[in-house]
Amino acid sequence: MSDIPPLVLVRGPEELLADRAVAAVLADLKVEAPDLDVVRVGPDYHSGQLVMDTSPSLFGGSTCVVIEALHEASEDLHADLLDYLAAPAEHVTLVVRHAGGPRGKKVLDALVAGKARIFECPAVKSDRDKSDFVTNEFRRAGRKVTPEAVRALVEAVGKDLRELAASCAQLVVDTEGVVDDRVVETYHGGKVEATGFRVADAAVAGQAGEALRLLRHAIATGVDPVPIVAVLAGQLRQVVRVGSASRGASSAVLASSLGMAPWQVDKARRLASGWTPEGLATSIQAVAAADAEVKGGGRDPVYAVERAILTIAEARAAGRR
Amino acid sequence: MTVWDDVIGQEQVVTTLDRAARTGEGMTHAWLFTGPPGSGRSVAARAFAAALQCPLSGCGECRECRTALEGSHADVRVLATEGLSIKVEQARELVQEGGLRPSVGRWRVILVEDADRLTERAADALLKALEEPTARTVWLLCAPSTEDVIITIRSRTRHVRLRTPPVEAVADLLVRRDGVDPAMAGYAARAAQSHVGLARRLARDEGARIRRRDVIVMAGAIRSVGDAIGAAHDLATIAEEESGAASAERDAAERARLMELLGADAAARTQPPHVRAQLSSLEREQKARATRFGRDVIDRALLDLLSVYRDALLVHLGTPVALVNQDAVESVQTVARAFRPEGLLACMDAIGLARERINANVAPLLALEAMALSLRVEPRSAG
Repeated sequence: MSDIPPLVLVRGPEELLADRAVAAVLADLKVEAPDLDVVRVGPDYHSGQLVMDTSPSLFGGSTCVVIEALHEASEDLHADLLDYLAAPAEHVTLVVRHAGGPRGKKVLDALVAGKARIFECPAVKSDRDKSDFVTNEFRRAGRKVTPEAVRALVEAVGKDLRELAASCAQLVVDTEGVVDDRVVETYHGGKVEATGFRVADAAVAGQAGEALRLLRHAIATGVDPVPIVAVLAGQLRQVVRVGSASRGASSAVLASSLGMAPWQVDKARRLASGWTPEGLATSIQAVAAADAEVKGGGRDPVYAVERAILTIAEARAAGRR
Repeated sequence: MTVWDDVIGQEQVVTTLDRAARTGEGMTHAWLFTGPPGSGRSVAARAFAAALQCPLSGCGECRECRTALEGSHADVRVLATEGLSIKVEQARELVQEGGLRPSVGRWRVILVEDADRLTERAADALLKALEEPTARTVWLLCAPSTEDVIITIRSRTRHVRLRTPPVEAVADLLVRRDGVDPAMAGYAARAAQSHVGLARRLARDEGARIRRRDVIVMAGAIRSVGDAIGAAHDLATIAEEESGAASAERDAAERARLMELLGADAAARTQPPHVRAQLSSLEREQKARATRFGRDVIDRALLDLLSVYRDALLVHLGTPVALVNQDAVESVQTVARAFRPEGLLACMDAIGLARERINANVAPLLALEAMALSLRVEPRSAG
């Protein structure tokens, strides 16, 4: 017998990990039963289908039923699952995927009570999680990777975990020896995952060239100009509000009185040191004009944002002189 | 008493409409009422609707008059939107209704209070009905100016232009209709710049008066960049609070009524799908309304602010015209001392620009910040 229990729960929002967990379970089962019958239950479920799928076949053999998305399943499926869990069939392995949310809680509880094996697939969001993920990918393939290469890879294609995994697989297949940042540069050189926040950070820090470069990346990867302008406005606002608050207050006190997070206060304080009030005023007015233009008032939204960024960088440089 | 009593300061218009209702002279199937906000466009249109239905052409006392004025007359359909726009579905409904004969009255009257909020498609949907009128149907459209409706509607309607009523007439109306104290009525009418609805609100709502005073004091008090950002934040917060306070109660009541209508169990943790669909469409509507209300509140605050700079300019130039803010002369004097006339004009431009931008969907807070920065009292322009 394989060591897979008859009930498996794959829980969490990260699809790639969930896909892998399901695939691993199926592979394990197939070692034991090469003619395993796999039934995937998708969104087009009709009441009673589950009973049919789980009833013994005339020819014997075992079955694995995969419920693809319990969190979006119909009430019918929930009811049928509960019935099934009250009396599970012997030859069937039931695999349930649930991406999170309140729906289907009863079924989840029943699965846990039935001693299902649980695979957790938490969302991979922070850069550190992504780095760990990449390191793991290479380790699984038996390859060495340098920390610099990991960082470069996460910066280049880190937005989507699937893309990250695919890039890792590509590097494993295409290259030999230790994967270092030079190899990553060859494959992904010049590509940067730019968000509005990175654009705004560069602009408010007075780095016109860097900000424009990131802006182009962001636009090219499908970020709309409108949220970029909103982030610019938000950053400048924070600098002004932190800058005009009393200097002696601790960042925690300031954070609660301004409704900001402490790290935002610290960051805004650092940025504020290079700014003059006049420069901030000019910048905010430029951003307001850009906002009107990206929302239909001008002909070229991207140019409007570029001009605002240049104005901001110039205003900041003028303050430093 | 006649239906025209509440249509104040518009003698010429009343004569025209009264003649059309009484004798049929100059009567036509589609009218476009224009005039500045608060001049009583919809009041005039409703009065005209009543006069059309009344057997005595506007006695103001009979059943027809009263129900038409209240908007409950069977043959008077009033469309007023609280959202940002009137959608094409609503316009098509109106067209269908416009094709019917009147049931009890002389005319079937269709009154669109915010024709300027018709979307382009909605306006297009009305064109056919306006071009080939049904025999006893009258369309009454209201908009701030003729430029606010598409040109093809403009050319299919008879245009009635209302003017800003004089302050005395508005104050008089408040005293007569709402029983407001004459001194308060005078203040409210002046402060609201003859906007009848606003004046009424100012006269009756202490909170509205306080908020207005806060805004006016703001005018001369912005000195540093920090002050400006703070003032913009305050303005946005005031608007948000007012909008929230006004709508929260109403939203909950509407929701409860809808649940009752659908026979749904309000205490249930999850609602069945058809109820959820209805609820979410109601929530969308309420959200659109809140957006519009928030913008309207900000716009009103900006108009108050504008009036201070206008008054300061009058003080500078020594023009013998009554001040809007007679009750806050010190604030006006402060502003007048702080700016030169050209500075005042620049401030007024900045306020106008912010209003335009908010209308064009710029984030209100950002638009207000840019404006407040232009309103800073600069030491070099003092004198």
